[in-house]
Amino acid sequence: MATPAVELLRELEEYKYGWRIPDVYVYKAPKGLNEDVIRKISEMKEEPEWMLEYRLKALKHFLERPMPTWGPDLSELDFDSITYYVKPAERESRSWDEVPEEIKRTFERLGIPEAEQKFLAGVGAQFESEMVYHRIKEELERLGVIFVSIEEGLKKYPDLFRRYFGKVVPYTDNKFAALNAAAWSGGSFIYIPPGVKVEQPLQAYFRLNMPDIGQFERTLIIVDEGAEAHYVEGCTAPMYSTYSLHTGVIEIVVKRGARFRYTTIQNWSTNVFNLVTQRALVHQDAHMEWVDANIGSKVTMKYPSCYLLEPGAHGEILSMAFAKDGQVIDNGGKVLHFAPNTTSKIVSKSVSKGTGRASYRGLVKVHQGAKGVKSHVVCDALLIDEHSRSDTYPYIEIEEDDVTIGHEASVSRVSEEQVFYLRSRGLSEEEAVTMVVAGFIEPLVRELPMEYAVELNRLVQLEMEGSVG
Amino acid sequence: MADTLEIRNLHARTEEREILKGVNLTIRKGEVHALMGPNGAGKSTLAYVLMGHPAYEVTEGEVFLNGTNILELEPEERAHAGLFLAFQYPVAVPGVTIANFLRAALNAKRQAQGLEEISILEFRKLLMDKMRLLKMDPAFAGRYVNDGFSGGEKKKAEILQMAVLEPEFAVLDETDSGLDIDALRIVAEGINALRGPERGFLIITHYKRILDYVRPDFVHVMVDGRIAASGGPELADQLEAKGYEGLLQAVAQ
Repeated sequence: MATPAVELLRELEEYKYGWRIPDVYVYKAPKGLNEDVIRKISEMKEEPEWMLEYRLKALKHFLERPMPTWGPDLSELDFDSITYYVKPAERESRSWDEVPEEIKRTFERLGIPEAEQKFLAGVGAQFESEMVYHRIKEELERLGVIFVSIEEGLKKYPDLFRRYFGKVVPYTDNKFAALNAAAWSGGSFIYIPPGVKVEQPLQAYFRLNMPDIGQFERTLIIVDEGAEAHYVEGCTAPMYSTYSLHTGVIEIVVKRGARFRYTTIQNWSTNVFNLVTQRALVHQDAHMEWVDANIGSKVTMKYPSCYLLEPGAHGEILSMAFAKDGQVIDNGGKVLHFAPNTTSKIVSKSVSKGTGRASYRGLVKVHQGAKGVKSHVVCDALLIDEHSRSDTYPYIEIEEDDVTIGHEASVSRVSEEQVFYLRSRGLSEEEAVTMVVAGFIEPLVRELPMEYAVELNRLVQLEMEGSVG
Repeated sequence: MADTLEIRNLHARTEEREILKGVNLTIRKGEVHALMGPNGAGKSTLAYVLMGHPAYEVTEGEVFLNGTNILELEPEERAHAGLFLAFQYPVAVPGVTIANFLRAALNAKRQAQGLEEISILEFRKLLMDKMRLLKMDPAFAGRYVNDGFSGGEKKKAEILQMAVLEPEFAVLDETDSGLDIDALRIVAEGINALRGPERGFLIITHYKRILDYVRPDFVHVMVDGRIAASGGPELADQLEAKGYEGLLQAVAQ
């Protein structure tokens, strides 16, 4: 912790992203989901026929498929009260000056154009249902790096798009993957050519502004042989008394010898259901890392996964959840070892405060014949007070004998002795508890680029405000 | 009164029983007092009560730090006022480096005193100076507070914290326990390096061993929640020779 936490805490509000601007849109679908809405989305996006058919098949599957009952309670989520498509602007821009003024000001207030100048290789910004801005540094464009909205990807690179779209996460994967496949809008399409190393992160920022809205970002990322890149997504929304829905699907293909890292800093307001499917196919000697920090939302269900398809593939999931009063964050990760000599690591750090409940749910599966697999899972939970709660569901399925699997789990509470020790050195009770929490998540924060680590630490300090005394 | 830590008729208890039964002790800046006594006499309780541990209730008496009754203050306010406790069992704070922890602690103290925050560079210099004074490896400051430390490392970390926070009065609760002879010497040298007219010490110990390195000005013996005998360094020698019972009989006569 760089500076005394409390000084910072007092400067800032509890959830500093909760402001809103008046509604801005050029088209808004009527509430509820049906074939007409899907046809309208597809028509407005001028999609090829196959995509409309795909959406309609997915819609049918979504409507038929029962709600999952194995996880958090989703009974308050009313699909009929959601607006499924809101087009904020006539078109996506490559210059902030062309973005409608109010929307531009929103992203300025969130610090996005500034971050773009300082340390990003490219930025995409989504407002409601559409990307309003996408731009990548010219030198990367010249190297053949593609970083555009998913819609532009479909239009401009139809072959590449169709080869992978829906292949990593089929619409039949789960009810919410089906919902996204039917209603998807916005998200990024990224292609990194063989051997190209993108040093600075590419960032996408997702903002909801209206109440009762659904956002269905769809992202497809192909990292070609020997390439390297890092993608970061952030998200926030105003606080409303009614529920919004964010259901993304992220598909990633990491080819031979490539390295890719996908970082999420999820900070939705606490009226958002965040139900996301993220998966990466990892090829020979390739390296995939998910860094997943979940701080916001009412309910989150999110288990980033790595399918290790060929020998030497490595998958890593670093997951952090911070659930405060009323929040349920059910996250973790899945690694499926399909090939010999593949390795994986899952590290989960969950913090529960007040009535918040942060849980780890994860799967390590080793298929028959995947000899020499090594996997290690560590899940640690920290409870801040008496009634906070954490659950751990570490599923391990092994069909092969020649494997090395490690699993460690711990649950700890911020102890009176720790707090007294820190107070005896001059820290207030709040600073003391914040320091214990900051230390607990440090192994994960250390993995983030500096700018994000600072941001995450600051968010955690905000979450701690008023937590004691 | 300025420049004193004055304990007057201090009574304290846990939920179960009374432990301190009227402790009187005055320490002036520049003095080193040793507090000895058998197990269960209340020595560590006294240390905790001075710092404000929530498990103990003070039922009677006062503690004045430079004339202010600190029993009204929160533990962190006592720290800001210039009191320091080196713990017998320092607690681990995984993920927080000694350097970050100490900077936060120092800044909290400076803020309470109306001073400006110390910059990262200034702090680094201060920390390195103190580590040099205590003959510590600079890499030590990058380790997580007490996490996986040996007994000796924990006690060295306590001494480093004391050096950085520069308290006016330091209570060292069995800082010598569990140390081998080399660690004991390092810790004792650290205490001697910080000894001076601007600071008073209360060294709580079971054994005379540490007093061979840190020569006290006064020695007190605590028995059953009270100071039963007080004297100069020779008291520690008598204690070593006669044991607690023998000494107390001698004193009674």
